Amino acid sequence: MAQFALKTALPNYLRDEQRRIEEFVRSVGLDVFPTIFEVLSYDQMNEIAAYGGFPTRYPHWRWGMEYERLSKSHEYGLSKIYELVINNNPAIAYLLEGNSLVDQKLVMAHVYAHVDFFKNNFCFRMTSQGRDPRNGADVRKWIDTMANHGAIVRKWANRIGLETVEQFIDACLSLENLIDPQKPFLPKELSPTTSEEDELPETPEVPLLRVDRDYMESFINPEEFVESQKKKLAEEAEQAQRFPAEPRRDVLGFLLDNAPLQRWERECLAVVRAEAYYFLPQMQTKIMNEGWASYWHSRLMTENICDASEIVDYADRCASVLATAPGQLNPYKLGIELFRHIEDRWNKGQFGKEWDDCDDWELRRHWDRRTGLGREKIFEVRSLYNDVTFIDEYLTEDFVADQKLYSFGYNQRNDRWEIESRTFQDVKNQLLTSLTNAGNPIISVVDANHANRSELLLAHTHQGADLRLDWAKEVVKALCRVWTRPVEIHTIVDEKPTALRYDGKDHSQKSI
Amino acid sequence: MSLRIDQDHSRFRNIVRGRIRQNLRKYISKGELLGRQGKDIVSIPIPHIDIPKLRFGDKQQGGVAQGDGEPGDPLSGSPQDGDGQGKAGDQEGEHALEVELTLDELADILGEELELPNIENKGKSAIVDKKDRYVGVRNVGPNSLRHFKRTFRSALRRQIALGTYDPKRPVIIPTRDDMRYKSWKTEEEPVANAVILYMMDVSGSMGDEQKEIVRIESFWIDTWLRKQYKGIETRFIIHDAAAREVDRDTFFRTRESGGTMISSAYRLAAEIIERDYPAAQWNIYPFHFSDGDNWSVDDTLLCVDILKKLLLPSANVFCYGQVDSPYGSGQFIKDLKEHFSEDEQLITSEINDRDAIVESIREFLGKGK
Repeated sequence: MAQFALKTALPNYLRDEQRRIEEFVRSVGLDVFPTIFEVLSYDQMNEIAAYGGFPTRYPHWRWGMEYERLSKSHEYGLSKIYELVINNNPAIAYLLEGNSLVDQKLVMAHVYAHVDFFKNNFCFRMTSQGRDPRNGADVRKWIDTMANHGAIVRKWANRIGLETVEQFIDACLSLENLIDPQKPFLPKELSPTTSEEDELPETPEVPLLRVDRDYMESFINPEEFVESQKKKLAEEAEQAQRFPAEPRRDVLGFLLDNAPLQRWERECLAVVRAEAYYFLPQMQTKIMNEGWASYWHSRLMTENICDASEIVDYADRCASVLATAPGQLNPYKLGIELFRHIEDRWNKGQFGKEWDDCDDWELRRHWDRRTGLGREKIFEVRSLYNDVTFIDEYLTEDFVADQKLYSFGYNQRNDRWEIESRTFQDVKNQLLTSLTNAGNPIISVVDANHANRSELLLAHTHQGADLRLDWAKEVVKALCRVWTRPVEIHTIVDEKPTALRYDGKDHSQKSI
Repeated sequence: MSLRIDQDHSRFRNIVRGRIRQNLRKYISKGELLGRQGKDIVSIPIPHIDIPKLRFGDKQQGGVAQGDGEPGDPLSGSPQDGDGQGKAGDQEGEHALEVELTLDELADILGEELELPNIENKGKSAIVDKKDRYVGVRNVGPNSLRHFKRTFRSALRRQIALGTYDPKRPVIIPTRDDMRYKSWKTEEEPVANAVILYMMDVSGSMGDEQKEIVRIESFWIDTWLRKQYKGIETRFIIHDAAAREVDRDTFFRTRESGGTMISSAYRLAAEIIERDYPAAQWNIYPFHFSDGDNWSVDDTLLCVDILKKLLLPSANVFCYGQVDSPYGSGQFIKDLKEHFSEDEQLITSEINDRDAIVESIREFLGKGK
């Protein structure tokens, strides 16, 4: 590592630029971690990018696959990586050797805004590893953590064989997205208590309605009623027996706590889970994070950094970053426009009850209360929102029309992708749906002792889209590998409730 | 600096080659690098292994995007697996730019990926032709070669830098130093004559999907052979019970019904070759695509006869590609294999679906003939 750092240190002229840019960054109010820039050759860049930005990860073939893809597309001139920044304290960012000075400046400005976002957005709090007792600084030593993960996996690979460990990690990676985005914000789980439930009487009394006169008994509490009460009671008792008592979204955490794993398996699973949670906030805030970074690079570049001879090159580069294509949402574009929209609205006082109630188009168009709260507002938004709440709260009808947003879908009859709608509600719903749970289906562990045979039962909360079946089957198999007993997932296929099951030998799929 | 990527990379290559981890091989998809050629997007296949996860099915989920168009309009360029969001990458702030490719570069990439050998020329490859190509820009040149856009850009840049640019009155006046001209390079190219004869069965049993497969495959064959030969010619023949020569457009669009007599197409091909392309001077590549359903055994025998006597002696190779269709019996490929089992000049390939196209191109062109 030492050698690596020496060779890639920033040359002097870039170091001066960095100092200058960092001053601008602080003067506009961005609050950043110390940031270290390194300059990499394209090959080093591809390697590090393949590792997700970290110079050391655990050994796995998929980094090799990613590397091949990146280096091929670089060699063939299809694409190149401009910048890479990792959420760490100090933040680490990589610049590509041989880029023009304007590009390097642009990347630096962009990176600083990302770092501000990492430091201040609430979603990224879960990547904090505590506080430094000396100065209260946020500890995020993910470079070290990832290297430690590498050491753990290597240790086990040496002891019991790379093949075995890799196969297990493949199974874990199939489950990688089964984590609970809300977990960091839930109250800490209480340690399991043996209080009330155990003290319940074995057969509780069936709660019946009060009867004052004996002959009324069969009328007030008829037999069916007594039966139904008994049944309800039995169900409640069963529910209390069930484990977990509430469905658990953090499937990986549940397996870690409860699956009969060997020590090496437990440690590998813990590695995969920790990394999945580390990357989660980036998926939850893609639009905001890129929007924020683009907003600031464009302000800083045009107002502070560029001189007149550089502005055309800058504009050219910026335009290609913000370009849109049919059928693909550009998070940079949507994010930057939405931040600008919010700033504009709060500058002009276009919010609050009076604004919402106003139906006069002419009045709304010229509405300007000169409140000047825009800057303050967008800083607040970057701290307190994630993509879902950002869109939910600030996407407006005017914005959808101005930005020509549309929703699209697959038309079975015409066998093609088509624009479906341009109405505000449709676009917003579609956008929120695709952002919910970072685009993953919602899966929870329902019962760890399914059918009283210690089989694992999971449920898919169906929200309109079916699971991809061939993959789902492989995932059930991977679950079975970890759980070591048969596993079943309840989902909906073609509007029919269906159970997908793997018992260690065979798959089965049946309606329920 | 020694990163560990080499180990991971060779491990991945070994999985792809099937040396280790056989269980993963079934997940290998054709994974694509997208390039753009003119306004068409073409994809270059590279192996890719997906780790299965719980995801939503293809085409179940739509998405949101921005731009022009009315509800009901088709989207040009299909979104990736209905994932309108684009893949939520697990690395932040990674920018990528798409670049356009020329057909030549495409062919290079194809050749490299499929490990295609260069073709041994049987014509007069010793003759070299000189050709000028515009490859760059320079500061001096004749006015007729003025590069307007680059001139404008350098003038604009200069005026902004000098502060003489007024956005309210955006007049750009290039000076002598701003002028840019196209410049050329003279390249030497071997002269070779080649012709591709595409023949396709358009009888009732060939559906749209089958034709699409033929279209994609012939695009790549065209690209590769064009890279190998300058001034390549293409001819198109369609046939059901009778054969006729058509233009490119008709070739891919026509749908006839009725029976299939493959010999009609072969006879027509032989006539064209004899009339227009003397075998001594031309490299001749007949490609025939069909679903393998022929009218009668007699006709198949007639085909074999024409192949042996007329087509094979004059052609470099004869390629027969059989697409899978629900109606065809697929008998023809078996007959060909039976009659020409020894003959390296006749290459057969079965193309069952789009994923098989790459493999089939490798079979056709992998011998370097």
